[in-house]
Amino acid sequence: MNQQLQATLASEPGLKGLEPFSHFAQHNPYLKDPAEKASRKVVASLEEAIRRAGLTNGMTISFHHAFREGDKTINNVVQVLADMGFRNLTLASSSLLNCNAPLIEHIKNGVIGKIYTSGMRGKLAEAISNGLMEHPVQIHSHGGRVKLIQSGELKIDVAFLGVSACDEFGNANGVSGKSRCGALGYAKVDAHFARKVVLLTEELVEFPNTPASISQDQVDYIVKVDQVGDPSKISVGAARVTSNPRELLIARYAADVIEHGGYFRDGFSLQTGSGASSTAATRFLEQRMRRKNIKASFALGGITGGIVDLFRKGLIGTLVDTQSFDADAAESLRESPRHIEISTNEYANPGSKAAYCDRVDVVILSALEIDLDFNVNVITGSDGVMRGASGGHCDVAAAANLSIIVAPLIRSRIPTVVKHVTTVVTPGECVGVLVTDHGIAVNPRRPEVAERLKAAGLPVFSIEELYARCQAITGEPAPIEFLDKIVGVIRYRDGSVIDVVRQVKP
Amino acid sequence: MKIIKEALAGTLESSDLLVKVTPLPEDRVDVVIQSEVMHQFGEQIRQVVLATLQQLGLISGQVVIEDKGALDCAIRARVQAAILRGAAVDQLDWSKLS
Repeated sequence: MNQQLQATLASEPGLKGLEPFSHFAQHNPYLKDPAEKASRKVVASLEEAIRRAGLTNGMTISFHHAFREGDKTINNVVQVLADMGFRNLTLASSSLLNCNAPLIEHIKNGVIGKIYTSGMRGKLAEAISNGLMEHPVQIHSHGGRVKLIQSGELKIDVAFLGVSACDEFGNANGVSGKSRCGALGYAKVDAHFARKVVLLTEELVEFPNTPASISQDQVDYIVKVDQVGDPSKISVGAARVTSNPRELLIARYAADVIEHGGYFRDGFSLQTGSGASSTAATRFLEQRMRRKNIKASFALGGITGGIVDLFRKGLIGTLVDTQSFDADAAESLRESPRHIEISTNEYANPGSKAAYCDRVDVVILSALEIDLDFNVNVITGSDGVMRGASGGHCDVAAAANLSIIVAPLIRSRIPTVVKHVTTVVTPGECVGVLVTDHGIAVNPRRPEVAERLKAAGLPVFSIEELYARCQAITGEPAPIEFLDKIVGVIRYRDGSVIDVVRQVKP
Repeated sequence: MKIIKEALAGTLESSDLLVKVTPLPEDRVDVVIQSEVMHQFGEQIRQVVLATLQQLGLISGQVVIEDKGALDCAIRARVQAAILRGAAVDQLDWSKLS
């Protein structure tokens, strides 16, 4: 029969080139071995997974940063790649933080040649701002990262994704196992788009592991490691909880702006970004929501314990979570069916068929600097050194009905309200209101919001008045001097370039 | 006014500064300033410190400042406190402090 079939395939012009059947496991040899069938993806070491994934010099590797300051995957994997002799890799981590300072050595040694990231902090950011890299770092928003992947500029060859637990086939989530980071919104994107996907897992659990945030049909190799991350360090740094009275004052004003800004009605939706005042504003919302008998339909984020608290009290219908900012958020994601996990493509990619941020009424965002045109800088400090992250800032500011920026007017003598921001990340046309500890300024593009806030008796000033107040208290700062070399390129969420960061003069 | 013993004023909290004064063997004033906001405000800080020292009439001592982004009023107060402690002044001439 087989010979006859072969003859037919060879002689029929329409069937030429088609392969004749030989036996059931011809292309899936593992099916002949029951043990291998189940365990074929699990490899003994990271080195083995890297070899099998076919990584070569010059390729692009990716990571997620859901463990934030507690991440143990990025540095470890890059160290292994360095030991294996890899060179000139492009590092595409969804973001980089203080804990990633060991990467400096790998940049110096030529292991990492280019970087795509949402942001960077600490020693790494300082070194790069001082000209460490030959190529400028590409800084993208969370939504913009997916857009860059979709457009083909950012091609991920191998994604190394740290998860707390997965099964032998690679069904993984951030809510089972020991080191639970919660939502895997960044990792879901990489699992979908990367050419090869390597899971680093702390535990191999019984098949099938559910829910599968990362699904078995996306995973190529699985490596068991001692630790992928320390979830207790997720809420350190940008995602911390505050007891600082000044930050609480700003948070209370922000809650006032939400209440009186024109979108505080039953079924409204909200997002609070990272940053102390932003996170704390949720604490002041409960009373206001109860008083007016208002419930939110959903909260998007960046989910924090404060938001989870409102959700548990029935004041928010659904939590839509792309990154869990603390243990409460991760636990809520694990146990609540109305707390759902989304990818950053669903969260904020302007090239997505639908992004949740387009449905947000009110968002609270932070700022390092904001200028007289309401442009916001969340990347560079006023000394010109990079020390922040683009995050979802420009994504949600563009999409939400009302964007509220919260920031102290002065931080350790450094004015927040300036004539021109050092670096533009979010254009002023997307910003509605600035809330500081010295008062509130409303973008002249939103006169109706200004009227409502004034009518409510809130301390509304012009941005020029807040600027003058800043200058009177701190004095005029000397301008920062930069060299010509470009060390960072700020990509807007649609992939266009909105600004560049130059090397600081030492 | 001379610094006759080591003295401190202030803290290393954000928006504050620590001022440390030490005696010198000769009549000379030595000022060392470190600041987190040196690039933007270094010159203004130096001017406030020097004006404060002059007002007090300091002629001998080393003044080391570690600034964490304090405003001028805080810098003036901390420098005055450190100098008066280091010079062991117990009778304050308030007109020189305003």
